[in-house]
Amino acid sequence: MVDLGKYATEVLASYAVSIALLAALVAMSVIRARRARRQLAQIEERVKRNG
Amino acid sequence: MASIWSYANPKKFIETTDRVLPALSVLALAALVGGLIWGFFFTPDDYKQGSTVKIIYLHVPAALMAINAWMMMLIASLVWIIRRHHVSALAAKAAAPVGAVMTVIALATGAIWGQPMWGTWWEWDPRLTSFLILFLFYLGYMALWSAIEDDDTAADLTGILCLVGSVFALLSRYAVNFWNQGLHQGASLSLDKEENVADVFYYPLLLCIAGFVLLFVALVFLRTQTEIRARRMRALMARERLDG
Repeated sequence: MVDLGKYATEVLASYAVSIALLAALVAMSVIRARRARRQLAQIEERVKRNG
Repeated sequence: MASIWSYANPKKFIETTDRVLPALSVLALAALVGGLIWGFFFTPDDYKQGSTVKIIYLHVPAALMAINAWMMMLIASLVWIIRRHHVSALAAKAAAPVGAVMTVIALATGAIWGQPMWGTWWEWDPRLTSFLILFLFYLGYMALWSAIEDDDTAADLTGILCLVGSVFALLSRYAVNFWNQGLHQGASLSLDKEENVADVFYYPLLLCIAGFVLLFVALVFLRTQTEIRARRMRALMARERLDG
């Protein structure tokens, strides 16, 4: 493990905050993309069925 | 070679980005993880900053992307205002949350680094202040999109807001050059050898920047696809309501 010395808290906090924010952004983007894809397919199917 | 305007067709945009996205995502992840591991585990401490120099691998790419995301939104908004291509307005809308997250990362890591190095979490320095204002512009931009029901009106008004906010995006980049009273140091990446960071930090930093850029592009592609689909859903549902 890397020795971060007296600034370990600051360095680890920076990485934790940044990685958590990036992970949340990616997760939310992927979840929203999947939901939109599914919902649009359902609506297009319904529109086609109802003419 | 297809003209760039052919991608203004939503179907063509989705088809093309669907093909590119898997490779782009893998590249983004590889560059980001590789750069961060290299920077965190395999670079030495700085003789003045100690281990806090490792924060540079997050702070600099995030700050760079916070500003460039706004510039990308500006170009996309101008394309919308001039040529009325919906995809470009939706791309600007899709990029805003990504840029806002980059701004938060830059502000948070800057504050965490500033506490031990400058002795303060925050200072009303020209670059920091213009960066905070840029963040507020991001929030205002996203709020304006959600507040207006009609997509075209929202695209028009947010486009104008984007033009105004660009002043602060540019200020956050260049304020440090012409306001000398600031605490914030000059550019970490520079053609000037004296100003540029040492090579041992420079190469992992470049890889992290590449990772952030690729991640931004991948996320904007994915989120623009989502916005296109959401817009089509709204149009179909409106047509269903009209048909009774």
